[in-house]
Amino acid sequence: MKRNIVEKIWQQHVVKEKAGFPDVLAIDFALLHEVTSAQAFKMIEDQGLTIHNPNAFLATVDHSIPTRKNRHEIFDLTAKNQIDLLRHNCKKHGIPICDVGSQHQGIVHVIGPELGITQPGMTLVCGDSHTATHGAFGTLAFGIGTSTLTQVFAAGAILMNQPKVMQVNFSGTLAEDVFAKDMIMFLIAQIGIGGATGHVIEYTGSAVRDLTMEQRMTLCNMSIECGAIAGLIAPDETTYRYIKGRTYAPKNSEWQQAIKHWKSLCSDADCCYDQIVELNIDQLKPMVSWGTNPEQAIQINEIIPSRSNHNTDSLDYVQLQAEQELAGTNIDWAFVGSCTNGRIEDLRVVAEILNNQQIAPHVTMYIVPGSEQVMQQAKDEGLEIIFKQAGADFRMPGCSMCLGMNDDKVPSGSRCISTTNRNFIGRQGTGSITHLASPATVAHSALAGFITTNNAQSQTTQQEAS
Amino acid sequence: MKLTSDTSAITHINGLCAPMMINDIDTDIIIPAQYLTQTSKSGYGQHAFSRLKQADPGFILNQPHYQRAKVLITGDNFGCGSSREHAVWAIQELGFEAIIAPSFADIFSNNARKNGLVLIQKPMSICKQLAAQSIETPQTIEIDLLNSKAHTSDIHFDFVINSFFQHCITQGYSELDYLMAHQSQINKHKTLAKNSRLFLHTAEEIGVTS
Ligand code: SF4
Repeated sequence: MKRNIVEKIWQQHVVKEKAGFPDVLAIDFALLHEVTSAQAFKMIEDQGLTIHNPNAFLATVDHSIPTRKNRHEIFDLTAKNQIDLLRHNCKKHGIPICDVGSQHQGIVHVIGPELGITQPGMTLVCGDSHTATHGAFGTLAFGIGTSTLTQVFAAGAILMNQPKVMQVNFSGTLAEDVFAKDMIMFLIAQIGIGGATGHVIEYTGSAVRDLTMEQRMTLCNMSIECGAIAGLIAPDETTYRYIKGRTYAPKNSEWQQAIKHWKSLCSDADCCYDQIVELNIDQLKPMVSWGTNPEQAIQINEIIPSRSNHNTDSLDYVQLQAEQELAGTNIDWAFVGSCTNGRIEDLRVVAEILNNQQIAPHVTMYIVPGSEQVMQQAKDEGLEIIFKQAGADFRMPGCSMCLGMNDDKVPSGSRCISTTNRNFIGRQGTGSITHLASPATVAHSALAGFITTNNAQSQTTQQEAS
Repeated sequence: MKLTSDTSAITHINGLCAPMMINDIDTDIIIPAQYLTQTSKSGYGQHAFSRLKQADPGFILNQPHYQRAKVLITGDNFGCGSSREHAVWAIQELGFEAIIAPSFADIFSNNARKNGLVLIQKPMSICKQLAAQSIETPQTIEIDLLNSKAHTSDIHFDFVINSFFQHCITQGYSELDYLMAHQSQINKHKTLAKNSRLFLHTAEEIGVTS
């Protein structure tokens, strides 16, 4: 029987199938962070259970930690307590942790791939909805809640019904200054924030094959924003090249064995999907969100849609007019970072645009690397100097301004253009207004002081200012 | 298979409906990130829907009458966004035992099931009808989980919920027990995987220690 990649991985992980019951699905690895794990540790302790295999877990601190230089000092006492509790729990149960000060600390979805943990054909979970990021490797990776994490702790398996599979086929070639971020925002705008509910998405097509691993991670990262359980891409040479030599990766004789297995995972020709979406990206322009959920987004040359019952609250909240251009809207903040766009390639794109230029005087720009490794590389490549000379603040790794639960918040009433994944009301801080965009668009806009994707435009503004 | 019983069985939910016909209620609306630094499973109810509560004094959950509501009637795609189970805990702390909506986000549904919060999926037309009726005169709804039927004073409907969940909640069976009963099979499966398709090195080798 012809099978798609999701069906193959699923079958390999089903321990028990029984009519009327969910499948018992083996989980190969789980990543942990401070926000969603404490209650799960408590639940297994309360039930007198133990962690089935501490080496099938890795923890990091990313959501609540500060991104200033001295991260050991945490002023918010509940945040400090949460982080200390994770340290304590990891120690008690023998789970490795990439704490601040370790060379591997970073956003959970950045460090997994970086360490070579994320490998094709695995099942990987985390108490975090952006776990789909790891699907870039052909991994079945999805977010779970705290109770499900308890099951993974105790059993190394979960109960789940086999998901439906949606194929999203991207054909065409990306124009210059258009990126994976624009592709995924385009998909979400097309199918809506609930468009893939109940499905795992397999991304296929020449435009996907052309992407680097980091771009593929950006693409898969936002799968949850159209409601998908997960998003994945079949592994290929690009995938293998990225994994080779990484710490957790297969070595020596294992490597050939691994490649053989990974190649067998790809969807069979003529396999079935529950839904198919075809998108051509030849004409795609950079996307920017205008509203308060990720489907409320347009290409930069389009205008904000007409007012309707459906969007009137969003328009009021973001203080924008219907049927107007979004380009040219003044911004106060620019943020580069997060598990969507906080990797080295993202920082390189930003550095290239900021090089020898100054951000607009009224804009505050934070550039936050996704991990210690990304930070180190940015320093080694001289990107940090470019950022500083441009007037941006290059900070320590963490989730930072992606969500308002650490010190980095967009002030109430301020407008931020951001490389993150959610523009929900208050996501970046109470009263904050978020516009989602690619790192390039954020960099251009930071220079200009308003939303733009046009380098010439931002440069003219620079000259006028000087 | 005989499962042990560790939670009390729930077969009926009988209580007031709270109509909140908004689509795409995301988990940041249910419980904003700033309250997630707590490490307990309680204390979230007081912050639930805080922005909507602050923005509108007439918001349904501000009305004293609905403080004892047990069933939330809401719009499409309820619970989208993050995986935070805090959203379910917060809603339960407000006293809700069931939610009726046209659709629910996947992770939210899983989290709800694990906590015994009943989610009933019905078409928009029925949700709107229930909500409209409730706005006119506050309605009590009776949900029969054993027979998958519900009714208010003049709306009667059947529903379909996940059969395993229905089994667990109405019999007081624990999902975790069902899972743990498969432990030896799971272990065998994992040993096989280690030899054939899993190529991960262990943490000791990479020098990340706790
Ligand atoms: S960067 Fe943002 S989306 Fe990613 S894990 Fe952190 S908080 Fe979640």
